[in-house]
Amino acid sequence: MRISMDIELKDVPGQMLLALQPLSECKANLITVLHHHQKRTPRKTVPVQLILETRPESIEIIKAKLEENGIRVVRVGEHRFRESLNVVLIGHVVHTGIQDTIDEIDKTGFAEVVDLSLSMPGINLLSSAFIRIDAVCKEDLQKALNILKEVSAKKDLLMVLPIDIQA
Amino acid sequence: MKTVCCSILGFGAIGQGVAEVLLMKREYLESIGLEVKVVAVVDSKGATVNPQGVDLTDCLSRKRTSGTVALENITGVEVIRSIDHELVIETTPTNIKTGGAGLQNMLAAFQTGKDVITSNKGPLTLKYRELMETAKASGSNFRFEATVGGSMPVINLANEVLAGNKVISIKGILNGTCNYILTRMLEERASYTDILAESMQLGIAETDPTYDVEGIDTACKLVILANAIFGLDVTFKDVKVTGITKVTPEALEMAYERGYVIKLIGEVSRERIHVAPRLVPINHPLAVGGTLNVASVDTELAGEITVTGKGAGPVETASAILSDLIAIYGNL
Repeated sequence: MRISMDIELKDVPGQMLLALQPLSECKANLITVLHHHQKRTPRKTVPVQLILETRPESIEIIKAKLEENGIRVVRVGEHRFRESLNVVLIGHVVHTGIQDTIDEIDKTGFAEVVDLSLSMPGINLLSSAFIRIDAVCKEDLQKALNILKEVSAKKDLLMVLPIDIQA
Repeated sequence: MKTVCCSILGFGAIGQGVAEVLLMKREYLESIGLEVKVVAVVDSKGATVNPQGVDLTDCLSRKRTSGTVALENITGVEVIRSIDHELVIETTPTNIKTGGAGLQNMLAAFQTGKDVITSNKGPLTLKYRELMETAKASGSNFRFEATVGGSMPVINLANEVLAGNKVISIKGILNGTCNYILTRMLEERASYTDILAESMQLGIAETDPTYDVEGIDTACKLVILANAIFGLDVTFKDVKVTGITKVTPEALEMAYERGYVIKLIGEVSRERIHVAPRLVPINHPLAVGGTLNVASVDTELAGEITVTGKGAGPVETASAILSDLIAIYGNL
């Protein structure tokens, strides 16, 4: 399962290593680390958000190991996507590598392509894809959209966005 | 009774629509104290001139039978400079590269102290500021409601009816040809090329449809709105434009199955001017079909106001010209 975990690191060298070791030991797949360098908690610690994939039974073990390493675990929750965006792509969607387009979004960790319909009417004709992207929050959705814009420009795809999104 | 002497420069579909509407509305205009006397009608081959007033019915039938209204070899600018009148109704074809005859006509009109009402986007897209300054210097009235959205009131709605409101943004479908093509592609599951051919046969698309389908026409209208409503100083080059030529029937169908139609949407605010095909929820006020135009004006106090109407057509466009005419002279 995919979870997000908010932790706090002391502002001294070597803390990140202490945070990552338990994940490695439990074979968790770390997807994103959001290290809020500029922020400080009232305890003068640095907030960090981790998004990881792991077995449900490993969650408590990871949490305990982190605390053993002196790292405060503030919150652990199932990683839920709250924002979504529908978009149509038109062009040589398949020949330019649809999987690669999806991967660019999925590998961010904060957004995922969760629905894809594809129509390829003929070999020399333009294909069309309708995709839905889910993301953790509005800012992440905007970041995913920016990635998709770059990929679409590179692949000469027409991107048709909803009217309420700033194109 | 106030007599308004005017010329009609450009006697294509719109110019003829103006003549028809003036004939149709003669009694109404008289009832509000206005007599509109057309002293010259000009097309690309020449003009009919009569300082006592030309016969518009004759002009219309001559144009339809012989292809021109010309009885004298005289241009629009010459009419403006030599014939005494106060209003120029400028309906020559749009040229966004040079401004065409329209730009020369408008500047000459202002230089001789005449008012101008126009449906011609070209000069406004290229030289908005120069035109406004020239008009101001001579104290001329300059109105151009017919340049955006045909019969659908947008400029006068934002600047006059909603006066006092700060306009935040305007979004809409400002090109009936694109709307028709996208609507029909979805209905018939037909390709862009097939429906474009149908639109040309029906006279909805021009023989050279580039201006419409590449989004240029919509972009020009946004430039006019940006300058006239938002007080910006922009030209066509400031607009990011994507047209509809790449839109496929499959994309329209997939979008429809998920509750959307695809429309060519023009969007203008102080920050950005943008034309692109967009996904519009089926029950959204902007999801109008056929050749209709629609505009949603987002305002500070009144919220969002949406108007829809016929964006083209001689009589519909002439209706906007008539309302501009009454706005200038109706209360004098």
